[in-house]
Amino acid sequence: MSFLIDSSIMITSQVRQYVVQVIFSVTFGFSCTMFELIIFEILGVLNSSSRYFHWKMNLCVILLILVFMVPFYIGYFVVSNIQLLHKQRLVFSCLLWLTFMYFFWKLGDPFPILSPKHMAMARRTMFQKGEVHNKPSGFWGMIKSVTTSAPGSENLTLIQQEVDALEELSRQLFLETADLYATKERIEYSKTFKGKYFNFLGYFFSIYCVWKIFMATINIVFDRVGKTDPVTRGIEITVNYLGIQFDVKFWSQHISFILVGIIIVTSIRGLLITLTKFFYAISSSKSSNVIVLLLAQIMGMYFVSSVLLIRMSMPLEYRTIITEVLGELQFNFYHRWFDVIFLVSALSSILFLYLAHKQAPEKHMAP
Amino acid sequence: MASLDRVKVLVLGDSGVGKSSLVHLLCQNQVLGNPSWTVGCSVDVRVHDYKEGTPEEKTYYIELWDVGGSVGSASSVKSTRAVFYNSVNGIILVHDLTNKKSSQNLYRWSLEALNRDLVPTGVLVTNGDYDREQFADNQIPLLVIGTKLDQIHETKRHEVLTRTAFLAEDFNAEEINLVIEKRYFLREGNQIPGFPDRKRFGGGTLKSLHYD
Repeated sequence: MSFLIDSSIMITSQVRQYVVQVIFSVTFGFSCTMFELIIFEILGVLNSSSRYFHWKMNLCVILLILVFMVPFYIGYFVVSNIQLLHKQRLVFSCLLWLTFMYFFWKLGDPFPILSPKHMAMARRTMFQKGEVHNKPSGFWGMIKSVTTSAPGSENLTLIQQEVDALEELSRQLFLETADLYATKERIEYSKTFKGKYFNFLGYFFSIYCVWKIFMATINIVFDRVGKTDPVTRGIEITVNYLGIQFDVKFWSQHISFILVGIIIVTSIRGLLITLTKFFYAISSSKSSNVIVLLLAQIMGMYFVSSVLLIRMSMPLEYRTIITEVLGELQFNFYHRWFDVIFLVSALSSILFLYLAHKQAPEKHMAP
Repeated sequence: MASLDRVKVLVLGDSGVGKSSLVHLLCQNQVLGNPSWTVGCSVDVRVHDYKEGTPEEKTYYIELWDVGGSVGSASSVKSTRAVFYNSVNGIILVHDLTNKKSSQNLYRWSLEALNRDLVPTGVLVTNGDYDREQFADNQIPLLVIGTKLDQIHETKRHEVLTRTAFLAEDFNAEEINLVIEKRYFLREGNQIPGFPDRKRFGGGTLKSLHYD
């Protein structure tokens, strides 16, 4: 687990402000506690009422951090970077936070969080009052890339132009050489046992991804939400079709523990690696505070939503506590929403990777 | 004009410490207005009169090779960078005075440039122990430059400067601490008020970079 230590040290050591390090660490700590509570739920560790209490407390603290603290500090550090507003930092950061809360609230308008009976009541009162249902405000960021061309004075000689072109060529050659070295290393690595193992895992997971995309499409098209989780379904299949008899209760607990454990570990690992790469790519000394806080916000929200979604992967008896703690949410809606987002992001990733790979071989083809 | 002899000097350091600004300042006598990330290696040239004023005066081109990247890059990037390290006459190690990690990484930069093998530890944070034996037989002169002195608060400057003095001793190198700040230059045109500090070392250090 050295990557965990390395990446958290990397991220927090680059930031000088103590409070930012503390916030990041606290967010990470509470997110991991939530996953621990799920594991405890499955293994049956601790008293169930104390587990419930810890769930509630953990959820409260995380929501407090994600909705109040982190956005406020993001606003504060963004404002601190701007020289003009330096004097009234607090006032402007409060303003920014209020703007964030407004948009956050507006964003949640179309999402149903009430149970059906509450919704019916609300709809009735709405019709009575004749309100119009607001559309959520979506905002697009226009990214303008301003390319500053070199100041071309009239006396720019031919030699200077030639030198510039050659320097650009040297940069391209450098990048291509680095690529070639990396490819050579990958080829050598793939010949070792470890390489073969990871290669096999790669095939396995790509098939799994394809299957998942297919299932998401089917769920959306046929408008159904999976009722049973993979563990119970797997056990059903083996018992009914293959006729193997074994102790269902015992095995379902262990298998769901392993499955949930794998999901949790891989999602944490994947998230941290992506965050570290992202952080290195865009960090600078001025904005590192803001970036770390943004990453903490993204990480916290990601963990909270995966707790919500992981409910579907667990057998019925372990789902109850999550249902109790989160209240009467319309889980089906959220699973549908997750399927849509998953499908959209999978397709756009495929498109993006295809375009990126298409560009690289063209460089080699040019004379 | 007959072609002059060339001296190759590497400028190494972490990303964002100010290597490109430093090179631009040395060669163009101007501050770099829009520093951007250096890909690969960017070379700039300065003409220098060795032993000026004496009968043995000779003019040299000093090539400053500004190599970009980070010390923790993938080994493929390191192998590509190794191309620039051939037949080097001198090395300038640049670190950021406001960032302690950049000075710790200088050790690994110098090892990479001098082609020594570093024992892989797998931990990204070093504890700052320098092995002087690695540099004992080193013939290539080293210069350590610390940048962004103005961004350190007055009270902390002494402590930072003592730490960097130890660092320079470990490398058996000369040391300079610089202010490369845009504000000065915009106010007084192209004059360089921060430079007088440097001129004291300037001539001497550059001369010591090439022995014959």
